[in-house]
Amino acid sequence: MTVEAVAQERVFVPALEAVDRARLRGEPEWLAVRRLEARDRFAKLGFPTAKLEEWRTTNVAPILSTPWLPETGATHAVRAAAGGPGVRVLSLAEALHEEPEILEKTLGRIANDENSAFAALNLALAEDVVCVLVAPGAAVEAPIEIVFHGPAKDELAVLSPRCLIVAGGRSEATVVERHTGTGAYFRNAVTEIVLGESAVLRHYKLQRESLEAFHLQSIAVSQARASHFRSVLAAFGGALARTDIRVDLEGEGSECTLDGLFVGAGSQHLDTHTTIAHVAPHTTSREVYKGVLDGRARGVFHGRIVVRPGAQKTDAMQTNKNLLLSRDALVDSTPALEIFADDVKCKHGSTIGQLDAAALFYLRSRGIGEREARALLTRAFAADVAGRIALPALRAEIEETLDRSLSDAAREGTA
Amino acid sequence: MAMLEIRNLHASVGGNEILKGVDLTVGPGEVHAIMGPNGSGKSTLAHVLAGRPGYEVTRGTVLYRGRDLLAMKPEERAREGVFLAFQYPVEIPGVSNVYFLKNALNAIRKHRGLPELDAMDFLQLTREKARLVQIDEDLVKRPVNEGFSGGEKKRNEIFQMAVLEPTLAILDETDSGLDIDALRIVAAGVNALRAADRSMLVVTHYQRLLNYIVPDFLHVLVDGQIARSGGKELAVELEEKGYAWLEKEPAASPARA
Repeated sequence: MTVEAVAQERVFVPALEAVDRARLRGEPEWLAVRRLEARDRFAKLGFPTAKLEEWRTTNVAPILSTPWLPETGATHAVRAAAGGPGVRVLSLAEALHEEPEILEKTLGRIANDENSAFAALNLALAEDVVCVLVAPGAAVEAPIEIVFHGPAKDELAVLSPRCLIVAGGRSEATVVERHTGTGAYFRNAVTEIVLGESAVLRHYKLQRESLEAFHLQSIAVSQARASHFRSVLAAFGGALARTDIRVDLEGEGSECTLDGLFVGAGSQHLDTHTTIAHVAPHTTSREVYKGVLDGRARGVFHGRIVVRPGAQKTDAMQTNKNLLLSRDALVDSTPALEIFADDVKCKHGSTIGQLDAAALFYLRSRGIGEREARALLTRAFAADVAGRIALPALRAEIEETLDRSLSDAAREGTA
Repeated sequence: MAMLEIRNLHASVGGNEILKGVDLTVGPGEVHAIMGPNGSGKSTLAHVLAGRPGYEVTRGTVLYRGRDLLAMKPEERAREGVFLAFQYPVEIPGVSNVYFLKNALNAIRKHRGLPELDAMDFLQLTREKARLVQIDEDLVKRPVNEGFSGGEKKRNEIFQMAVLEPTLAILDETDSGLDIDALRIVAAGVNALRAADRSMLVVTHYQRLLNYIVPDFLHVLVDGQIARSGGKELAVELEEKGYAWLEKEPAASPARA
């Protein structure tokens, strides 16, 4: 048995064994079945190795070599603030009681990648699910805030937070998801999002994990006819952090905008994998991802666009731009287009560069110090992504975090 | 004390020696023009004075108000009052002109022990200076030089100069690419900034600019050295004869203004 397999057995198997009929008593039969299937699926798949194409860029072995406490599926200190009338933010138990049909149709059915070991692990272990239910036709002005904290004590915990967001037809809402914590922990998160017909949903994820933490999240989105999904991901934290976003444009005329910023320094590893599936005709996707990497950080952007047969008049545009602030920083940018329809517009572009020396000198020649000038240009590089966030306070917070994470790294570098 | 004292300045770019022993003294309040053919080293001199990385000084000294200018970083030179109006102002998408300029001005003020200007005071200052150089206030709010026309970029340089109030302003071919109306506006802005405690070094390829910005002294740079110095009448001579007659002459003795 390999070292990984031993570690896996020691850490995750006991946790999974605890997921049995007895523990699932009280949950409806369909959910218990899904959880047990997920448990078995994880046991079969195991931790992905770098041999798998999907995991070529991110080595999860360090997660296995940490002696995690083999308990816990607790989501740990969720704080959710409702955004106003028309929206309910419920626990799993409450949602199963109030909206059993919606849950049965959606929970575990959106993040349904049979090959995702981590999504399976989450479904088996997640004790609670933050359920955000937006009523059809409701226009919720205030953002719905969900905060996932780290472990309360300084414990080597495995956290399995899970969200389910269901936006009813013609509704409009904004959900802010934050991931934050201190110390070493492994957060394995899943968010499932369903947009009804003509629904508009903005989803902002701010990931600011501890620099000792491991963070994995799958965000899976299903869109009905004429719905609009706007996502901004701002990823700053983690020793190793990866977000997988999958959007299925299933309804005719549906549209998604995926924007993101990943900022790494020191020896951080930040990975974003996105998949946009154009399933129905007249679907539109826009994607702008920017990476800023300093120190020995490594960034990965893997952007896949799939145009299914019959998805005519698809209009897809993807851009990935990366800024390397040090010689040792590295980025891996891979666009992947798979087009199976003939009347489509698909464009993608990718760049990797450094700060513009002429711009740097221009700023310094006006009295701005070199460090501030670099920070100013870095902020400017990220400005258009931050600018996509419709909440000014959150936008400012992201800009500040950008400044701080890079100046912290600069200090670390000089120490 | 002289504002600027350049002695036997040699400088190379990418291993090629461009400046081959420049001597020049600029007194307080004086306006000096530097003319010369393409490739004579005019822009190199301007950039060396501003401290551009990659421009290597191999010999000589530059004293700015008695202090070693070459030992200062570009930002220190700016905070001490040196300003370079760029021949090709840089576009910086994502950074607004006002934000950039407020940061610059406050860095300079902080260096001089002055309190930082708040948003209101700064706004008032920029309004006043925008009028002085006839620059559209919308341009002031836009990202630095992004999508500006050539004339707007040059006007923006003079606008920045007006806000930052340098003691030594170096204008690097500020006239190039300007039509006559734009040239008049830019020159009027520069002339409005002439002061007893502010010196200027006006680098230009064409005599035309000197009809609008009348210098106290004029120097002709040829092959990295000052070949001739004189008053503004030298410009007329250059207009008639071109530069060829200077190129053929043996190296002139170092010019003193």
